[in-house]
Amino acid sequence: MSRFAQKNGWTLGLAALFAGLLIATKLIQPGFGLSGLDSLARAALPFAFATAAMTVVVLAGGIDLSVASMMAVASVSGARLMEGASEAEAAGIVGLVLLVGLAMGAINGALIVLTRVPDIVVTLSMLFVWEGTALLILQGPEGGCAIWLRDLILGGLSLPFVPGALTEWLPKAAVLVAVVLAVVWVPVARSKLGLSIYAVGSDPLAAFRSGVSLGRTRIAAYAIAGLLAAFGGLSLTMATGIGAPIPGPYLMAAVAAVVLGGVALTGGKGGLLGPILAVFVLRLVRMDLTLLSVDPNVTTIIEGTIMVIVVMMGGLLAARERGR
Amino acid sequence: MIPPLPKTPLLDARGVSKRFGAVAALKDASLQVGKGEVVALMGANGAGKSTLVKILTGALGHDGGQILIHGRAQPIGSPRAARRAGLVPVYQEPSLIPDLDLAQNLALGATPVGAFRHWAAQLGLPDLTLDTMINRLPLASLRIVDLARALAAEPDVLLLDEMTAALPADLVHRVLSVVRAQADAGRAVIYISHRFTEISALCDRATVLRDGVTVGDLPIKPGVEERIVDLMLGEGAISASASAARTQTPAPTGARPRLCVRALAAGTKLTDVSFDLHAGEVLGVVALEGQGQDELFAVLAGARKALRGAVQVNGAAVQFAHPADAIAMGLSFVPGERAHALLMQRSVRENIALPLIAAPRNWGPINMAAEAVQVSAAIARLQIDTRAMGEVQRLSGGNQQKVTIARWVAKGAETLLLLDPTRGIDVRTKRQIYDLVRDLADQGAAVLYYTSELAEIRMACDRAIVIFGGRVVDKIEAADADDARLMRAAYGLTEAEGAAR
Repeated sequence: MSRFAQKNGWTLGLAALFAGLLIATKLIQPGFGLSGLDSLARAALPFAFATAAMTVVVLAGGIDLSVASMMAVASVSGARLMEGASEAEAAGIVGLVLLVGLAMGAINGALIVLTRVPDIVVTLSMLFVWEGTALLILQGPEGGCAIWLRDLILGGLSLPFVPGALTEWLPKAAVLVAVVLAVVWVPVARSKLGLSIYAVGSDPLAAFRSGVSLGRTRIAAYAIAGLLAAFGGLSLTMATGIGAPIPGPYLMAAVAAVVLGGVALTGGKGGLLGPILAVFVLRLVRMDLTLLSVDPNVTTIIEGTIMVIVVMMGGLLAARERGR
Repeated sequence: MIPPLPKTPLLDARGVSKRFGAVAALKDASLQVGKGEVVALMGANGAGKSTLVKILTGALGHDGGQILIHGRAQPIGSPRAARRAGLVPVYQEPSLIPDLDLAQNLALGATPVGAFRHWAAQLGLPDLTLDTMINRLPLASLRIVDLARALAAEPDVLLLDEMTAALPADLVHRVLSVVRAQADAGRAVIYISHRFTEISALCDRATVLRDGVTVGDLPIKPGVEERIVDLMLGEGAISASASAARTQTPAPTGARPRLCVRALAAGTKLTDVSFDLHAGEVLGVVALEGQGQDELFAVLAGARKALRGAVQVNGAAVQFAHPADAIAMGLSFVPGERAHALLMQRSVRENIALPLIAAPRNWGPINMAAEAVQVSAAIARLQIDTRAMGEVQRLSGGNQQKVTIARWVAKGAETLLLLDPTRGIDVRTKRQIYDLVRDLADQGAAVLYYTSELAEIRMACDRAIVIFGGRVVDKIEAADADDARLMRAAYGLTEAEGAAR
């Protein structure tokens, strides 16, 4: 148990911070309840997917600046295809959009591996490429979305054969994030690919010498990121019912959550749970500050300050443990 | 000249060549290893050893020549392919992933855990737990883990690059016997080392490389060392038998010591170390791995604070808060890990000039002319191979080590703190470093010289202290410093009476 706590100390700390913030929210706004939780989860949804995408590449020692643009491409291609399509056809369209995401990510990764241009340069360029592509597909916020998709993230969870009281407090949006990440990431993390991603991020030379294929692992990491970004884009369409061709503020928010979530920007260190919790923490802080009617400009200053303080505390704790 | 070989060698590399741009790293390298053989691969810095090893293990491609395994040409284009062909290396730097635990590292290379445990125990690490994070293991354990992992893969040909560098003596012994057993079981081993004692104890033959060409292949028998050194150095080289001339320095008299350390303690390992270091003297420090020597050097270099004890420089008590303080007092630290001392991507010149200019009062324009004079003097004095001036990372290990010392020569060091300065470099460069250290001492520098190779005490030092368990347990004049006495003291078997005066 203590070993578990030691290994996952950062994540546990974030969970505690999140719980404390929930209590604080309840104190600030006694009316905060299920609907508040639900809107928090829905607001966090695209950020969570963007962050998950960023986390995978950062773990592999890279960075993907094109996450928000890939989300835009996924969002508009989903909205454009679903306009006028039947509910059943929408399922196929979702699958197609996810494949498009996977392909976009793989293209990012392949360009980095084949051209040997630094990841930050390639993905910065692709940020513009995907952004333009999104605008070619859909000029303005229009298009459609299947009803069942929109229902997927609306309100609390209700399961057949389970009393509603047990599950209704759980926002469907949060469940969707959990299910998607479990389906996409858990098999990867448990496989040799997951180990290879950590290995490449931790020490590429040692990984190469251990027989890991650096190129294939990097491309796979970027492809997974593209897939998760596609989920993020679809979630935008699901939330609004239309496509969003202009990339939202997800890139920097994702980097922030990755850092706050205990992932080393140098790669190889951290997990997916921490950054996702960090997304919820950052969203909740913003919500609380809005409830307290703090000037939005001050809000961003406070967010930045929190990040530095939390990361600094983590560093101090780690240093203390080493000194022991 | 080439002795008869078993009919088909396990590994047969002939006429291998490799160019990097305009530089031919290998021109005509050949190496044969048969079943049951341990072959030493030898050569001075830049002779092409590392390049040949990288080619044989799939980390680099080759331009010409052929490599046969079991008499057949097999693809070894990647580390994985080389492994499949039965060639498994242990590199000088551990190839383990620092942020993964041991079990994950084993899974990554598909290493059978049971076999790994067996070999780890054989090599003296029976208590390894598999969820240990790699970045928590000390260097010596990492190298053992790397070797155990390689052995667990049951390689036909095992390639060991400076396997015993950075290992304490007891582990060296275990490694040598395990490696010999591998050969006796019918496998082949390529053994790269600069330590003649190990090579004569372990190897059957030595293949010698010079300037990218295989120049000799000799059976190991008594007296072959001089012949190997001659081959490595080439025609017309300085007589190999000339050891570093040591001028007998008069025993330090009542003069005030340059550096005076009393009852120094730091961290958990360094508990009570005292010694005097005089101008013109080279004081050796002998210790097994992790006896507090790292902490001692860190405190003297200003990189770490002492818990207790006193340090005096020229009679004045000092306490360093920052390495700049130590440098200002004339104490220059050369770490054993070259990567910790050099700006790898910058030029040789900038690296040498850095300590000259890195003082707050010197911010502002740099006197380039004066700098150029000092730097070229230092380069000439150390005979640094300057073909790759642009980036230090392109120099060979020995030349990098010279740069770390050259920067302090250029600055004019009063007190040099050398932490294993000859680790993993060739005989010729070693001798140049001994000569340089002696020159510096003759010119009035005081040198503290930690070495993991006992013979260096006689070759480079005037006297030595032995540290065991964080305390000075013996003081020995270099003339009396035979390996047996040093070894007994390093293991804490002799408690010299007046050790802590």
